[in-house]
Amino acid sequence: MEQQEEGRRDFMGMALGAWAVVGGVGALYAAKRSWDPLPSVKAAGFTTVEMNDKKENELVVEKWRGKPIFILKKSADMEAHDRDVVMNGSRFHVSIGLCTHLGCIPAYQSDNKEFFCACHGGVFDVSGVNSPGLPPPSPLEIPPFRIDGTKLVLGESGPEYKKMLDAGLTV
Amino acid sequence: MAHFDDKAMPFGNKWMDERIGLNTLKRVLNTEYWIPKDINFLWAMGMVLAATFGILVVSGIFLLMYYKPDVNLAFDSVNYTIMSEVGYGWFWRHIHGVGASIVFLIIYIHMFTGIYYGSYKRGRELIWLSGMGLFVAFSAEAFSGYMLPWGQMSYWAGMVITNLFSGGSLEAYGLVEWIRGDYVPGDAYLTRFFMLHVLLIPLAIIGLIVLHFGTLRLPHVNNQEGADIDYKESAELWKAGKKKESKVIPFSPVFLSKDLFVMGVYFIIFFYLVFYNFEFSMDPVNFDPADGLKTPAHIYPEWYFLWSYEILRPFSKDIGLIAFGIAQIAFVFLPFADRSPNVAPAHKRGLFNIWFWVLLIDMIVLTAMGKLPPTDPVFAMIGLVSAVLFLAMGPLLVLITMFEKKIEKGA
Ligand code: HEM
Ligand code: FES
Repeated sequence: MEQQEEGRRDFMGMALGAWAVVGGVGALYAAKRSWDPLPSVKAAGFTTVEMNDKKENELVVEKWRGKPIFILKKSADMEAHDRDVVMNGSRFHVSIGLCTHLGCIPAYQSDNKEFFCACHGGVFDVSGVNSPGLPPPSPLEIPPFRIDGTKLVLGESGPEYKKMLDAGLTV
Repeated sequence: MAHFDDKAMPFGNKWMDERIGLNTLKRVLNTEYWIPKDINFLWAMGMVLAATFGILVVSGIFLLMYYKPDVNLAFDSVNYTIMSEVGYGWFWRHIHGVGASIVFLIIYIHMFTGIYYGSYKRGRELIWLSGMGLFVAFSAEAFSGYMLPWGQMSYWAGMVITNLFSGGSLEAYGLVEWIRGDYVPGDAYLTRFFMLHVLLIPLAIIGLIVLHFGTLRLPHVNNQEGADIDYKESAELWKAGKKKESKVIPFSPVFLSKDLFVMGVYFIIFFYLVFYNFEFSMDPVNFDPADGLKTPAHIYPEWYFLWSYEILRPFSKDIGLIAFGIAQIAFVFLPFADRSPNVAPAHKRGLFNIWFWVLLIDMIVLTAMGKLPPTDPVFAMIGLVSAVLFLAMGPLLVLITMFEKKIEKGA
């Protein structure tokens, strides 16, 4: 009798326990999804930038998905790099203006022709390549772009961007 | 057998005792919770912390009445509405800011008291671990609260700290975006940290404080000599009226009155700071509204995070993150890294004494270096050496305490 009762009690415990586990896993998944970025955030639009009016060695900062985008028209004395966006014979450095160390915005120093990150002392050259031995581990990232005449569309991947991606010049 | 006296006065002592065992509660938690006589004011820091937490809750409730968790409204709701429109709004904000800063000073004093007297081992491991839980929870509480005014430091500290979760070369940007609910800190980010700051983390803190107190009840607090007190014998002496001979006093009302004295002194200093010297707890950079297109010239955390921030800074990204991760959890392992059987004050433990002071000074040096801009090579070098030293302190402790001589008690 006592044994039978114990078996029934155990059954109640195990049945509820098993369902609680199922419910718990479901709730965890729901919690995870609630923390996901909203669809409206993810669909955050595309930014189109007119490139014709840019001046050499003068940094322009645009905004795309809340992030600063560096656009720097290179002057003739600046070394060419495969990371440059070439449009109508001009070379541009285009990158997401967030330090690859921990995400501060490096400042452009037009006299030294380099980007300096004040947070932990990172340095990037005019092609966005990081100086070795400092905290930033990789070059500034290039945002997905497509060339459209004299305009640059940020957020779309054109053939020039895909080539850079395949060559491992950005992530 | 339940027995209810019909004639007992409602809500009187007897009436309450019959219903919720009031006298048993009082005995276990107050009149027969024994505290050693041989302790000093540093043992009041725990109650000072509990009181400061209470003050943070009360001032927070008033701030909550006018704060607006929205990226367009937050900054003005704090810096304009609360600071200049709400009657005494500045008062709650200064209490909250000063309290959040000072609570860490007291936490560090409380922790180093525990380390100095060896109060984290031989029965007191759970006190230490629940204390570390409180440290982590308070850190999360301070960080999430720092986001709320949505000033420049809120935004950029949020950017840098959430980026830590990318794990360096692991490039887990998906995780970072998940934590933020956005590509950069934005509205979803602000509202979820608001939720954490005003509900989830305070609940966790309250639970952890209850656990911390619970873990203290059986081992009792340590004492200045680390003496193993016979609580039964000493309690009998006290109850028999031999108060002089007994080594212990009851928590309440006897010990509590001493706690209250220290708290009184503390609150005089605390409110002096709130009224006359609150600037130290308010970063001027955070009085500029958040701007995702402009990083402040120099980003640094509040003073209580500087030592661990400085452990991150001098290294390359991956090594920095690993070093930082180790520093965050290092203190958790203290009860197990200390191999010596001695529960005694550091000054009686030979090399351990030197270890203790080196650790304390190293953390102060790291704190000072963390505040300086990253450009000066001399300071950067001092920072690097201190960071490496900090990481070496763990293995050193194991080594030192393995060979520590056992102290014979009663000698
Ligand atoms: C922030 C909230 C905290 C509160 C409210 C709190 C409260 C208390 C109280 C009331 C006591 C007993 C009185 C005393 O010895 O001071 C105590 C003891 C203790 N606490 Fe905490 N504490 C907190 C955080 C911590 C932290 C961060 C640690 C370190 C990891 C810690 C470690 C200890 C230890 C080791 C003891 C035992 C001291 C002894 O036996 O002499 N506590 N705490
Ligand atoms: S964020 Fe730029 S160097 Fe750390």
